[in-house]
Amino acid sequence: MNVDLRNIHKHFGKTYANKGINLSIQSGTIQGILGENGAGKSTLMKVLSGFIQADPGGEIILDGKSVVINSPADAIHVGVGMLHQDPLDFPPMRVLDNFMLGRSGGLFPNRTTVRQDFLKLAEQFDFSLDPDNYVDALTVGERQQLEIIRLLWMGARVLILDEPTTGISASQKNKLFATLKTLAGQGMTIIFVSHKLEDVEFLCNQVVVLRAGELVGEMHPPFDAVKLVEMMFGKVVTLGERQPIQTGDTVLELKGVSLEDVRLKIKNISLNLRAGEVIGLAGLEGSGQDLFIRACAGLVRPVGGRVILKGKDLTGKSYHAFKHEGVNFLPAARLEEGLVPGLSLTDHFVLAEEPKGVFIDKAYGQKLAEERIKSFNIRGNPTSTVESLSGGNQQRAELALLQSPLSLILLEHPTRGLDIESVIYIWSKLKDRCKQDGAAIIFISSDLDEVLQYSDRLMVFFSGDVSEPIDATTTSIEQLGQLIGGKGWPQKGEPHA
Amino acid sequence: MLKSRLGGFVFQLIAFLLALGFVSLILLAVGASPFDAYKNMITGSVGSGRKFAEVLVSFVPLLLVTAGLLVTFSAGLWNIGVEGQIVLGAIGTTWVLRQFVESSVSPWLVISLAILGGMIVGAIWASFAGMLKTFGGVNEIFGGLGLNFVATALTLYLIFGPWKRDGVASMSGTEPFPEAFALPQLEGFRISPWALVIALVAVMIVYFILNGTYFGLKIIAVGKNIRAAYLLGIPTWQYSLYSFLICGALAGVAGALQVTAVYYRLIPAISSGYGYLGLMVAMLINYQAIWAVPVALFFAALNIGSIQLPIVMKLDSSLSGVLQGILVLFVLLTEGVRQKIVKKG
Amino acid sequence: MNYETLLIGLAGVLAAAAPIIFAVLGETISERAGVINLSMNGTILLTAMSGFAVAYTTDSLFWGFLAGMLIGALVSLVVAFASITLKQSQVAIGFVLALTSRDLAYFLGNPFMGVPGPRLQAMPIPFLSDIPILGPLFFKQEASTYISFLAIVLAWLWVFRTRPGLMLQGIGEKPAAAYIRGANVNFMRYVYTVVGGALIGLAGPTYSLGVRAGWMGTISGLDGIGWIALSITIFGGWNPARAAFGAYLFAFLQWLGLVLQPVLTQVPSQVLQVAPFPLMILTLLLVNIGDAEWVSRTLAAMPESARKFFTKFLRAMRASPPAALGVPFERD
Repeated sequence: MNVDLRNIHKHFGKTYANKGINLSIQSGTIQGILGENGAGKSTLMKVLSGFIQADPGGEIILDGKSVVINSPADAIHVGVGMLHQDPLDFPPMRVLDNFMLGRSGGLFPNRTTVRQDFLKLAEQFDFSLDPDNYVDALTVGERQQLEIIRLLWMGARVLILDEPTTGISASQKNKLFATLKTLAGQGMTIIFVSHKLEDVEFLCNQVVVLRAGELVGEMHPPFDAVKLVEMMFGKVVTLGERQPIQTGDTVLELKGVSLEDVRLKIKNISLNLRAGEVIGLAGLEGSGQDLFIRACAGLVRPVGGRVILKGKDLTGKSYHAFKHEGVNFLPAARLEEGLVPGLSLTDHFVLAEEPKGVFIDKAYGQKLAEERIKSFNIRGNPTSTVESLSGGNQQRAELALLQSPLSLILLEHPTRGLDIESVIYIWSKLKDRCKQDGAAIIFISSDLDEVLQYSDRLMVFFSGDVSEPIDATTTSIEQLGQLIGGKGWPQKGEPHA
Repeated sequence: MLKSRLGGFVFQLIAFLLALGFVSLILLAVGASPFDAYKNMITGSVGSGRKFAEVLVSFVPLLLVTAGLLVTFSAGLWNIGVEGQIVLGAIGTTWVLRQFVESSVSPWLVISLAILGGMIVGAIWASFAGMLKTFGGVNEIFGGLGLNFVATALTLYLIFGPWKRDGVASMSGTEPFPEAFALPQLEGFRISPWALVIALVAVMIVYFILNGTYFGLKIIAVGKNIRAAYLLGIPTWQYSLYSFLICGALAGVAGALQVTAVYYRLIPAISSGYGYLGLMVAMLINYQAIWAVPVALFFAALNIGSIQLPIVMKLDSSLSGVLQGILVLFVLLTEGVRQKIVKKG
Repeated sequence: MNYETLLIGLAGVLAAAAPIIFAVLGETISERAGVINLSMNGTILLTAMSGFAVAYTTDSLFWGFLAGMLIGALVSLVVAFASITLKQSQVAIGFVLALTSRDLAYFLGNPFMGVPGPRLQAMPIPFLSDIPILGPLFFKQEASTYISFLAIVLAWLWVFRTRPGLMLQGIGEKPAAAYIRGANVNFMRYVYTVVGGALIGLAGPTYSLGVRAGWMGTISGLDGIGWIALSITIFGGWNPARAAFGAYLFAFLQWLGLVLQPVLTQVPSQVLQVAPFPLMILTLLLVNIGDAEWVSRTLAAMPESARKFFTKFLRAMRASPPAALGVPFERD
């Protein structure tokens, strides 16, 4: 199906998420859409898939016919289906129920014929999905597969995929790409939204780049990666010089730590972390790095091994005991876990100080807040509630909550969703604190460049397996990418290089 | 304008008028004159000093309960079990008083001990709902409701069983205590100034805890985001439990005063629905302690004002409950409308 | 107790459970769609009163039941409007309505206190009622009891076997996903809340025109039933069949309390009357406790066989609510 988007505008309040976008895609094309976070990719795709409506004046033309898409139901009716980044399915329900939910028909669906259709489609793409299994038992990759055949069954001829390679394994990714190529060969139009250059380079027939709501460039193979990056960011990106490490005493020692949760078992991690050192944790989301960092914070109790902080055995102690020894944990979900919406910056700083007295000292709180706001360059005032701050300023506020004495800083995705200036600022602040307090840092990031740029050593997680700490300076992004995807791991028993 | 304090006030005024209008319609529907009904309620509550004293009698437990609920609401908890906590406070007080009926201990000491006993038992009862929530994952609404029924049953059991009156047990309650065990009253009025002072001090303490102490700030943080509060270093489940204990203690005092200043014995309906009414007051004042006194006083006046309706107008006295409920309902609805308009504009 | 009184007693249990069945089914489908209707306790009282009043005035049971359903629907419409359109707390609005409807019932019901009025009569079904055991048990009931049987089956079929029912599950679970599958989420939430409210509204007249005929104001003994029904809904794990089982269990225990009273004279009657409430807390505890952190730690420390047994037991008891229960839905 040929897709023509003409003059698409969309604003939220005063900011424009899309500004006059024109894009035509021929039937059978795999169209890549690149752009950094907040560039307007998702908005454009939500407009096409009916999740939101564009401002008046634009037009969507499918196979030469202008269509009005007011809801996702309208979209699928005219043949546009979208695979959302966070699968929009129903985890506690069965695969087959998920498959047929939303399909119109009689009061009592005929499960036998639905099952036949399902199995036929699954077989066609070589997906091994059990229709009677529950969706919450599936991997993200399998849930994508389910969603793809569901959309095809609903009659999709344009398939939009939003960041589909986040969170799936390498083999699932290969299978996904093969499927997409097959579908394009059959005349389907595939729109592939991503910020991952390598995926787009590998898969797409043509690429457009969005920046700040506008379409800023277009490219056909062979792709020039440097130029694409330049288009995405509007400038040549440099991340600053790597600083040599000066390590001090041991801060954290893990001796054969084993961790478990419902999905994963991680066995026998040993680590010796020194003051001043930064360790990056890489891996697809949900590979065990979150479990690991929470164990270092005392939020998850290890099922085996010992956790020793500055010579003190803290194994099995609570998070608050860890905190008293100078461990600080900054979670990724800022407004859900890190900060208290409704409370002001002053309240946060005061609470984090663990005040001893009974009565609130207003003058002290005010002074403290002003000081922190200044030294962390937060755009807000002492009485601002945290939810009124922008993401970058919330992150700065979290950093300003770090308590002295500090021995270990644990961060989940410290710079996710932030602009490049904030990223550089936050890292410089972190390194300062490290030096000043003799602390070490462990952080999780799904941004490989960030992991390589800022860590001294890194650990790779792959479905519960953990690599020995690797020297970050001698690791290339390709090597790291392969490890994350499960390639290049030593065989069992073989010592690690 | 809508965002401002004045805007909020205008909407509350609208809510009040709508509620009044709605209740008037109900009154017209049953063939009664709204004007007469309201007039009777006003004269029945503030028509004389004696009647106003009655209002204050009702105001004392309501204010105590509201003050306690402000703490649990701040901690993000719906302490519906407050009703039972009043009952257990009354039971605790009755138990203490019974120990001293034959003794020659100073009545002042006995009364103080009895109120303290009610406070402790109320707090213990509240901790049950708190522990069910913290350790059992049972929502405090359901745990609290269940405990309320158990509390009522316990009262009935005591009145008809171990604590029954000499001769025949009846719904009229236990044997009244000797006069010495009553909190002294104002000459010629039923209200005990001591009870009034206790309630007013309680609400001031709660206001101060929530607005001026680190303890209160921590409770508020727990109420707004329990995960983040924990990560900030606050021992969250302990603070949830503290808020239950404070609320239970204040409800217990309310129950204790019902025994020592109002009924002088344990009766089946000792809590008189003040727990549920306190929840309504707390919702109406949008959990702001500063408004607790006037609104609780107003609700108490409605309660007392409606007492003479059955005699004078052959209307059921539950009209006050209807009026209170409709008022809270309209305040919630207009607040929703206001938020919607603010968000759009 | 002889065999025949036992049968009559059990048949009575089925009848006594009927209003609770209506209430828990109504609440179940409302919560399945994502809306907690906490007003239930007041709604049952208000509809019991108004159902009786209308039936008395019109001398028609039909109008009485219809009035109950309409008023139940109306109260739930307020819940829906406040929570779906105005995005206010469902708990707050429901609680206020629970108290207000109760007081309204007492206020408006004043003239009907204790007056004799119409009531449902047993309607034996020809032939079926002659079957031994099953006949007297199931087929010599009042119309409302037959309807309650039917309602269980229909509600279960609707939720788990029909296409709209599948969507209903989806709306309560993940509204955004239901929305992309073509559901008008907020409209459907309105519909299910109101239909659920109408079912709850059937519970009141089933009491006042059947199980406990008449209107007795504050001494009707109906205050509290709605709260029990709410916990049965949770016990039922949002499954109409399991919820109905909970309702029967509750009615059975109440009957058992009555039957045992003369036998267990040393247990005061107040204790037996109140027995369902601690039991309710206990069941809620069993339903929820499996998720508590200390439980999993305790389990981990148990010997293998004990751990297996308890894990299995807790998992069977466990019930997770629809994921979007109480969460307003907004596009994007």
